[in-house]
Amino acid sequence: MQATDVYQGMLAETISLTGANGDWINAYFARPLGPGPFPGVVLVHHMPGWDDWYFEATRKFAAEGYAALAPNLYARTGHGMPDDVAAQVRAAGGVPDDQVIGDLAGALHFLRTFPVSNGKVGVFGTCSGGRHAYLAACRVPGFDAVVDLWGGGVVMSAAELTPTRPVAPIDYTAGLSCPLLGLFGAEDRSPTPAQVAQHEQALKQHGKTYEFHMYPDAGHGFFYHNRPNYRQAQAVDGWQKVFAFLEAHLRS
Amino acid sequence: MCTMIVDQIAVEGSGKGAGGWFEVRQANVSYDHPFHAPLEHALNIDFVNEAQGPGARVAVELTPDAARDLVKSILAVLDQAEAGGFLPDAPSVQLQATANS
Repeated sequence: MQATDVYQGMLAETISLTGANGDWINAYFARPLGPGPFPGVVLVHHMPGWDDWYFEATRKFAAEGYAALAPNLYARTGHGMPDDVAAQVRAAGGVPDDQVIGDLAGALHFLRTFPVSNGKVGVFGTCSGGRHAYLAACRVPGFDAVVDLWGGGVVMSAAELTPTRPVAPIDYTAGLSCPLLGLFGAEDRSPTPAQVAQHEQALKQHGKTYEFHMYPDAGHGFFYHNRPNYRQAQAVDGWQKVFAFLEAHLRS
Repeated sequence: MCTMIVDQIAVEGSGKGAGGWFEVRQANVSYDHPFHAPLEHALNIDFVNEAQGPGARVAVELTPDAARDLVKSILAVLDQAEAGGFLPDAPSVQLQATANS
């Protein structure tokens, strides 16, 4: 939030960037106006798709002073209303992890080479996007901070592995190359508190820098103000933690 | 994708979506986050024709109880239709049994 006498302005638009396999995918890019330099954040959208909540969140990051970029991970499926596209992806078992990693590496490259970048880039995601954000922070060198909000499927049993998701993200923990913030709901079923505890144990085992917060009376998606799982107090506190974490690691 | 529980079946029929009627070729059944129903997870059925793009979709998002009731209702209606000889390939023995009842 800015004082009332501070100039505010942003540019938000759809762009294209090079993703996995050299494919061009579209992305939503919002940044403050002015010379910067600005830290960057890649936003990794959730299972319901590249939708209004993510467009809104991208602008929120820009309003907080970040060059924010949300790639459309479902771009190859075709175009239409976000729920129709996401339903088709859901039927196909999701997008392949390797493809997502390539797309997020492309988004990282875009932000790092943006002329008014301060040279630091974080990655933020919710739901499946939280899982993908964690994967990217483990597998793609160059991220400076990662925010995983209730990412389900970080811990996976052998029976849950598929050709599109062949390795459980927790098994990449040794490669985590930046500090991690995780926010979770105690009533969530994916991830469960037990799975979050297992993830935390792996982080400790590998000596990683992280902070986890488990919110009582909150389930999956408690930031989503357009869904019944929204929890006002937890969401307000959670957003404060997200920006405090990113300020510490991307702007200092 | 959080549960990744999905099943796909080929179907024949028609569906009416946002763009009007279209030929339905596939039903995608999943138990995952719904887009609209006020539930964390729902039994989702998408009747689609992927050859016509993502918009060729008729979607329902149901509670588990509603989905089970729907299955029972479909089977009951089909049983009744079959007993009445209305199905194209209804066995003649069932037609006879219906006539005698």
